[in-house]
Amino acid sequence: MSATFLYYPGCSMDGSARAYASSLEVVCRVLGIDLHEIDDWNCCGASEYVSLSQAKAHALVGRNLALAEQQRNGSSTLVAPCSLCYVNLAKTDHYMRKDRGLAASVNAALEAGGLAYTPGAVKVRHLFEVIVEEIGLDAVHAAVTRPLAGLTVAPYLGCLVTRPDYDGRWASKEHPVAFDRLLASLGAEVVDFPLRTDCCGGHMTQISPDTGFELIRRLVDAADRLGADMLVTLCPMCQMNVDAYQGEMNRHFHTHHHMPILFFTQLMGLAFGATASELGFGSEVVSARHALGRIGIEVPVAEPPPDATDGPPVRPRREKKPQGLPMPVMPDETEAVR
Amino acid sequence: MSASNLPAQPDGARERIGVYVCHCGSNIAATVDVEAVRDWSAEHLGDRGVVVARDYKFMCASTGQELIEQDIKELGLTRVVVAACSPHMHEKTFRGACRRAGLNPYLCELVSIREQDSWVHTDRTAATAKAEAIVAGGVYRVAHSEALEPFRVPIDPATLVVGGGIAGISAALEIADAGFPVHLVEREPSIGGHMAQFDKTFPTLDCAACILTPRMVTAGMHQNITLHTWSEVTDVAGYVGNFTVTIKHRARYVDTALCTGCGICQEKCPSKVVDTRYEAGLGYRKGVYTPFPQAVPKYPVIDVENCIYFEKGTCGACKKLCPTGAIDFDQKDEEVTVKVGNIIIATGFELFDARRVEQYGYGRMPNVFTSLEFERMSNAAGPTAGRIVLRDGVTEPKAVGIVHCVGSRDRNYNNYCSAICCMQSLKFAHLVREHTDATVYEFYIDIRAPGKAFDEFYQRVMEEGSVFVRGRVAAISDTVRLPDEEAHQGRLIVSVEDTLAGVQRRIPVDMVILSSGLEPATDAQEVARRFGITCSADGWVIERHPKLDPVATMTEGVFAAGCALGPRDIPASVANGAAAAARVLARIQEGELALEPIRATVDQERCSGCRICNDLCPYSAIVYHGWEQVSEVNPALCQGCGVCIAACPAGAISGSGFSDVQILSQIDGLLTALGGAPPGPAVEEREAVPA
Amino acid sequence: MPGSGQADPPSVREGDFLREVIAATAGDSRLGCCIQCGTCGGSCPSAADMDHTPRMLFAMIRAGLRGEVLRSTTPWMCVSCYFCAVRCPQEVHIPDVMYAVKAIATREGVMPDSTAPDFSRTFVSNIHRYGRSYEVGLAAKHYIRHYPLRLPGMAPMGIAMVTKGRMGFAPHRIRGVAGLRAILARAEELERDGATREVPA
Repeated sequence: MSATFLYYPGCSMDGSARAYASSLEVVCRVLGIDLHEIDDWNCCGASEYVSLSQAKAHALVGRNLALAEQQRNGSSTLVAPCSLCYVNLAKTDHYMRKDRGLAASVNAALEAGGLAYTPGAVKVRHLFEVIVEEIGLDAVHAAVTRPLAGLTVAPYLGCLVTRPDYDGRWASKEHPVAFDRLLASLGAEVVDFPLRTDCCGGHMTQISPDTGFELIRRLVDAADRLGADMLVTLCPMCQMNVDAYQGEMNRHFHTHHHMPILFFTQLMGLAFGATASELGFGSEVVSARHALGRIGIEVPVAEPPPDATDGPPVRPRREKKPQGLPMPVMPDETEAVR
Repeated sequence: MSASNLPAQPDGARERIGVYVCHCGSNIAATVDVEAVRDWSAEHLGDRGVVVARDYKFMCASTGQELIEQDIKELGLTRVVVAACSPHMHEKTFRGACRRAGLNPYLCELVSIREQDSWVHTDRTAATAKAEAIVAGGVYRVAHSEALEPFRVPIDPATLVVGGGIAGISAALEIADAGFPVHLVEREPSIGGHMAQFDKTFPTLDCAACILTPRMVTAGMHQNITLHTWSEVTDVAGYVGNFTVTIKHRARYVDTALCTGCGICQEKCPSKVVDTRYEAGLGYRKGVYTPFPQAVPKYPVIDVENCIYFEKGTCGACKKLCPTGAIDFDQKDEEVTVKVGNIIIATGFELFDARRVEQYGYGRMPNVFTSLEFERMSNAAGPTAGRIVLRDGVTEPKAVGIVHCVGSRDRNYNNYCSAICCMQSLKFAHLVREHTDATVYEFYIDIRAPGKAFDEFYQRVMEEGSVFVRGRVAAISDTVRLPDEEAHQGRLIVSVEDTLAGVQRRIPVDMVILSSGLEPATDAQEVARRFGITCSADGWVIERHPKLDPVATMTEGVFAAGCALGPRDIPASVANGAAAAARVLARIQEGELALEPIRATVDQERCSGCRICNDLCPYSAIVYHGWEQVSEVNPALCQGCGVCIAACPAGAISGSGFSDVQILSQIDGLLTALGGAPPGPAVEEREAVPA
Repeated sequence: MPGSGQADPPSVREGDFLREVIAATAGDSRLGCCIQCGTCGGSCPSAADMDHTPRMLFAMIRAGLRGEVLRSTTPWMCVSCYFCAVRCPQEVHIPDVMYAVKAIATREGVMPDSTAPDFSRTFVSNIHRYGRSYEVGLAAKHYIRHYPLRLPGMAPMGIAMVTKGRMGFAPHRIRGVAGLRAILARAEELERDGATREVPA
């Protein structure tokens, strides 16, 4: 079994999110996913280019879409592992489809570089969506050789996978459960994380650190309260914010959170039997060593385990409601795939 | 008044036509030279049969009509063309004049030189020329008109009312009290509808049960009302005055001839299930049950999906203990057929499913309630005996947030305003304040209180100390966020922009009530199809006219009342029910109904049986005879809209009053008058060409 | 001015600024349909740190308060989480409107009291130079320039990022950087020409 996709890694896969890149390689090998990297792609503009010039922001993304269209080879699905890259690529394609004037001006700009893009020529998807929908949880589950039993994880999707959701693929834009199911299929215990699609602050850690720190605090605080060993994410920006700025956030609020945040591909790799070093473990600033050690997985880089007093406060789990009035009858769980 | 003198009638003209041009005061005469139109008609249309042409200040006045009547009698007119306003306005008037003078009314043609000419032009010369062309079209056309007779149908005095809520009960009682039989069909085991679930009614706060149950009892005991509860209409055949309706009586498994309604079966039944219908999911009922003690009729039903006997073949406690032996596990569904002359649809609403607004957490967070849940909770006969408590069943809330516009005024769900939620929310605030010491927040976008004593009630609730926050709630969460929220762990936090203060607020409360909007019943479109009526895209029944005919549907003999037509409160539903009953009673008392003879007919020789027309007919008036492979129009159902005529690929369908030759002649007349020769062969030649 | 009976100067016609913002937003923003319900302001994770809530900003756009709107920190504090967009009962494309306002402010050199425009500019100049971004280096540069006092506390993180191989010393330069620059230059020209066109009434 092999599935081929066009692949737009995005700048951070080569930098701060190397663990994502190396673990993705393992996951692709195991699941038979063949990713064709777009040759000579450029930055998607993050959330910065649109602030200066919309025309240039769309032209910047347009170049990537045009290259992807040129390099189609059997697959027209363009996969991005970064939520921000995913949304930027999807947004330009969406508005080029919706707004003929914009499509014309983007193509007029692309012409200067000898390129052109047909709106809708590639289907932009997030890596996570492709794994859940094209590969399927059954295949993922079947590949598990070392279930992550004993590991309690908080699934953290962040904003942009389910919102704005230009093509209306997500029935639930605020409390989707697909990520929970993916992690559960690896054998991990998944907490019902209420902030699963909340914001990590994006570039706020740069332009308004106090704002950014507050958003990070909410996430780690909620995960702590639920007794999670770690947050699991699918976005380099979320990972970077929660991981790299957690120390400064703690200083800012005089708190002592120690909440590792890892990429879902790292956990998949572990469950598929790969070694921690293959999967980039140890490159996280807030170490997951202690948490993983408890389920017998050794993380290479030596680092002192967190002080016991710094450890996550142990909170009682939310109890099942005993007596009283009945809860509303919910639709059959299997109906809500997401 | 003046008339143009005409030359003697030329030989060969088959008809003697009179033309009457109206000034309509200055409405027409200011823009159109009426006298010139009169003279032109006399001069140029004489060879088409025009023998007299007159103008008059107001043709619709009785003196104007008398002119026409006089000419018909004295000049022997065989056709009449009136050039005046739109047929919508006065076609009936002039046809009446013709009838009085002994001319078949359908030989009179009203052409519009007001709406289609004088009102929309300023150039007098051009407008006059256009009026002449319009008159010419009428004259060419009327020569081909045929005398038509209205289709008379007898009206069966019985009426079917579908839906036993307050609108349906009101309609049924009006008709029954007037002495005519009614079949009242209700899907649930008891009549009463949503109103039976409520505690108090806004703005007067009278007890819903106190005002509803006497009506229910009267309906249940009325000698002219046949109740069909636990039943559904499965088929409707026939047409106005003469419907044949099939009603399925679902098996109750209780012999109503023997049952005394003593309630022992319910008491002893060991199967207890959450009652999602009457108790809105907040309370329980048994496997054998009546939804509430005042149910009409009093007979319980057995819910086979939750009956141990039906599941496992054991138990049978009800059967063993029933003192009259009324439990009958062998009962089967039965179908009955009734004949009725008219139908009133009063199928009501369903509450918007608040789970769809996922940021409000209904179903996820226990202390988020829907409006119907709160109605049951505040009801003294409800699951908490009227105590306002959290989902744990014991804790009284210290703060309650009431969220307006849940699923209404929202393009993600329903675009319309559900009309009742503001007042209902104010009522909730009052009830919470009455029963508890809680702080009450009303989160609203706009307070819409336009009814009688509504705004006064709003002011009363303000005076009682409820807090009004103008802002649509963004989200409800059970996760504390800010350090100063630590004390609120375990409560609900309402995120909202207080738009009047311009700040984001996070307001801790213990209970949230979602004022969910109203939606049509989930099977509204299916019901509409069954009764041959139409629904809007939202699913509400479409009125014949939203202002002037608000309880009639586009289908003759089918009326609608209450929330089936759209969200409305109790007084409006009752008024609708009475209005629909009045319309039906007028019909019944006439004994028969004259239907417009403008109808489509299928030429069975030409019909290929393709059935294209079958699905297009908005009134389900076309039947297909499979054995002959031809379609036929039921004249009592056809409303003469013409869709089938245009769609028929074989040209097999024609419409009386709108035949091809009439329409093509009218076009010829228009074009000839405007100076252009009509393209193609003359109408008569075309007529001769077989399709 | 309203009621003067004279033809208003084009810059102050009622709704002019609203039309300008709508025209600068990709697709159909539906900004004119805002009912001021505050769903956006209630949903916004960074509303507490904004000069105006998003709802207020939209009211100000309608009122034609061009200067105040362009100077507001609100659009710069938008984190693009799209909560407002999916919850808005009128389906106003709120984040897209925020981008449009930022772009107008940038074009006119009107800068709010925020380091955000500077960050965007630095980020973009990196793209012009390399075709790729250089996130961590950029962050360090921004902190040195704007929050020097925070740096000592951040040092361990910076060291960790370097030793863990998550912070390259220079970004990768794409081969087609010249073509990319030509594309962006053309886009800028087109946008400038477009901006001088009459705002559709």
